[in-house]
Amino acid sequence: MRYLPLSDGDRAEMLSAIGVESIDDLYADVPKSARREGLVNLPKAQGELAVERHMRALAERNTPAGRTAFFIGAGAYRHHVPASVDHLIQRSEFLTTYTPYQPEIAQGTLQALYEFQTQVVMLTGMEVANASMYDGSTACAEAALMAARVTKRKRIVFSGGIHPHYLETARTHCTPMGLDLVAAAPAIDGETAVCDLVDDDTAAVIVSSPNIFGTVSDLSAIAEKAHARGALLISVFTEAVAFGLIEPPGAYGADIVVGEGQSIGNALSFGGPYVGLFATREKFMRQMPGRLAGETVDADGKRGFVLTLSTREQHIRRDKATSNICTNSGLCSLAFTIHMTLLGAVGLKRLAELNHEAACALADALSSVKGVEILTPRFFSEFAVKLPKRAGDVVEALAARGVLGGVAFERLAPGAGMENVLLVCATETNTEEDVARYAQALREVLG
Amino acid sequence: MTYETTSGNRGLLQAEPLIFEHGSIARTGVDLAAPKGASRLGALARKAPLPLPGLSEPEAVRHYVRLSQRNYAIDLGLFPLGSCTMKHNPRLNERAARMEGFSDLHPLQPISTTQGALALMHELSHWLLELTGLEAVALSPKAGAHGEFCGMLAIRAALAARGEINKRLRVLVPESAHGTNPATAVACGFIVDEVPATEQGRVDLVAFKAKLGDDVAAIMLTNPNTCGLFEPDVKEIADLIHAAGGYFYCDGANYNALVGRVRPGDLGVDAMHINLHKTFSTPHGGGGPGAGPVVFSKALAPFAPAPKIVTRDGAFELVERAGEGAVGRMCAFHGQMGMYVRALTYMLSHGSDGLRQVAEDAVLNANYLLARLKPHFNAPFGGGEGEHAPCMHEALLDDTRFKAQGVETIDFAKSLLDEGYHPMTTYFPLVVHGAMLIEPTETESKAELDRFADVMIALAKRALGNDSARMKTAPHLAPMRRLDETRAARQPKLRWKPTEAASIAAE
Repeated sequence: MRYLPLSDGDRAEMLSAIGVESIDDLYADVPKSARREGLVNLPKAQGELAVERHMRALAERNTPAGRTAFFIGAGAYRHHVPASVDHLIQRSEFLTTYTPYQPEIAQGTLQALYEFQTQVVMLTGMEVANASMYDGSTACAEAALMAARVTKRKRIVFSGGIHPHYLETARTHCTPMGLDLVAAAPAIDGETAVCDLVDDDTAAVIVSSPNIFGTVSDLSAIAEKAHARGALLISVFTEAVAFGLIEPPGAYGADIVVGEGQSIGNALSFGGPYVGLFATREKFMRQMPGRLAGETVDADGKRGFVLTLSTREQHIRRDKATSNICTNSGLCSLAFTIHMTLLGAVGLKRLAELNHEAACALADALSSVKGVEILTPRFFSEFAVKLPKRAGDVVEALAARGVLGGVAFERLAPGAGMENVLLVCATETNTEEDVARYAQALREVLG
Repeated sequence: MTYETTSGNRGLLQAEPLIFEHGSIARTGVDLAAPKGASRLGALARKAPLPLPGLSEPEAVRHYVRLSQRNYAIDLGLFPLGSCTMKHNPRLNERAARMEGFSDLHPLQPISTTQGALALMHELSHWLLELTGLEAVALSPKAGAHGEFCGMLAIRAALAARGEINKRLRVLVPESAHGTNPATAVACGFIVDEVPATEQGRVDLVAFKAKLGDDVAAIMLTNPNTCGLFEPDVKEIADLIHAAGGYFYCDGANYNALVGRVRPGDLGVDAMHINLHKTFSTPHGGGGPGAGPVVFSKALAPFAPAPKIVTRDGAFELVERAGEGAVGRMCAFHGQMGMYVRALTYMLSHGSDGLRQVAEDAVLNANYLLARLKPHFNAPFGGGEGEHAPCMHEALLDDTRFKAQGVETIDFAKSLLDEGYHPMTTYFPLVVHGAMLIEPTETESKAELDRFADVMIALAKRALGNDSARMKTAPHLAPMRRLDETRAARQPKLRWKPTEAASIAAE
């Protein structure tokens, strides 16, 4: 077996050095009834060629986004990632290393994380950021839990623009801790309306801009009203590229900003692995979940980086930790930070402009189709449209024409009474031909 | 003796500042077309310019390659970090994960366009269930601790269905457990009750029995445990917890010792997470991403969360919502697809025969190191002189023999850095003072093990000899000397800030 270096001769020699007769002697503590003599009922070992053939056959049963006219967003975004990003993250020293617990031989990972944290701070307009969470949805749940710790309150209020998956994930994570989650009904442009639900027991208001319908909102009034009641403002995003063009949540007075970092540096990969971004104010630093890289010096006085404030974490604090998170999204955060370094302020701004422009072109094209109504009043790169029939059926009919035209909102939130609402998205990867093809296909489907 | 260089470089090791110190907000490493239209965002447009520095592609490539050279990695050498299973990461797995059909696939594409992805998830589930002998699987948890959380939520859901959730709040956790276990139990709304260990490093069965009662929800047991030992009473523990009306959660972090040879289902386990980034070789990536699928017994299967894959008329369907009473959504979308691809590639490569050999070689390698090191270190559970009490896939030593010299586990760890090794896990498990937990994994050759053992023995001799002072100040040859972690925590600097002079100059 190509991955196992020991020969039968080595094994015999080692057993003899240990002083046992057979490998079974080393499993002596396993109850007899649980020792399996034969092999489990699965195929036997295969060479690289055969395994690659098998995997390729599976891969070919999928329709890759790039082979279609592709307009799906809703929490995961298709962007062009520079070739050097994937090359660099596959460096052995990044790919095959562990969490940097031995900082003297992990400065590569640690410095990259420190740079990542700083980039996230700059992007969101906040003061501190951690070294990543699993993804945007779990980061959002952790933010709600943190707000409850900070305020010692249990009520969390969600706007009607939160990604339904994020809301469900927060329910799973927060309910066992006794938090009371209150969610406004899905609303295209309802971020500010959430203020009506805030009371003196509210720990946090969770809003999203751009929200799941693509609507971009001014959050300053919400921040003011939340703060007046002693609640925190948590702002969630799913498309990090947006902040190349729109005002970041930090500028509106958000207390915690969380979101999905996939769209910078990371592939779609059918939903994961992605990278959760988590930023807050310095005064809440010690209530943050997850790892933090910090600056220090070595015994010679040279600048270096370590994981720090670990007394918040499970491996030190056990049942009193701020979160149970251990493994995070190290390599995805590396992809994020490399791509962000390649972009820089100039590149990110331009990328954001191209995305916005593509979405504007798409909106213009779709609104010219009879029966189609654009619902989102102000958008960055995605928006909701109202169709004259059930959006799920339209999506299937479009797919048959080689157009992946968006996500039916009903798929994310069945029973919300928005069966005819379709979420669409455009990025720099869409060509003018793609847009024309979409409009034409939609015309045909809506007949 | 160290020489300072003019450049700040040290041989092949290049000095490298932060991107904020050598990048520029005017520079970029991407060429993007100029936009043609105007923004429709009006007053919502960003007001202050972004302070993000950029680098050209050659500068960026150098920056990250230079950083990478300051990292240790499995591809460089033995990485004997106990509890972490740092095995070789096959590159075929990376190739498979990057196939366009997997990597360029949106999670919300129409199901008809993602049949291969669902087939893969179905096949992976089949392998996990066959290997573990359990009934149902939840693939979506994002990492080990997230899997623990999912498994314990299923127990919570099962108790709720029985109407006992307000009564059964106590979760028994052996004191040797990973920190994630008690943290998870609390995150699920339970109360942690620690079970002591015996002098043999196992669960104290008498103490365990005394803690059972109708307020107990579950036991969270790692098996093999964190001392690297199989719990011989595991079946009795399972029977007792079941008889008391509780469930058996097994922390599967150490499953590498058992895969293909012992099925957790045969041990009475109700739920167990599997770290695909440990047993099934998906790369650790400097701290993730991982993946933590959970397998469930018949009793807990109805409470497993969505998504689930079902087949109908030869096609795969994705069930995106679990039934009433089951655990809710664990995350957006369907979990760590990129890791599923890698793990299945690994499983197919090894097959049933290869996986069994994985477990056996992992256990053999650890026992071999234990046998070689025992004459020179205290092995708290390794058996007396001249006898061998077997461990599973990790060997546990401690620093008691070096007390008189004042040489501690951390000094061994830092001295290993000078010898070109990543250290073992140190000071864990907590039940052994000055613990050194060594997990070589099955992907090390006998020659590599011997080389490492020779180094450890030489360090033990040094600790006992006249030359131990240099161990206290190690490392001397690593890219950095010992770092001041206390200072980092006392005066936290968690991001780069422009110095005053620089910000004035910018104005």
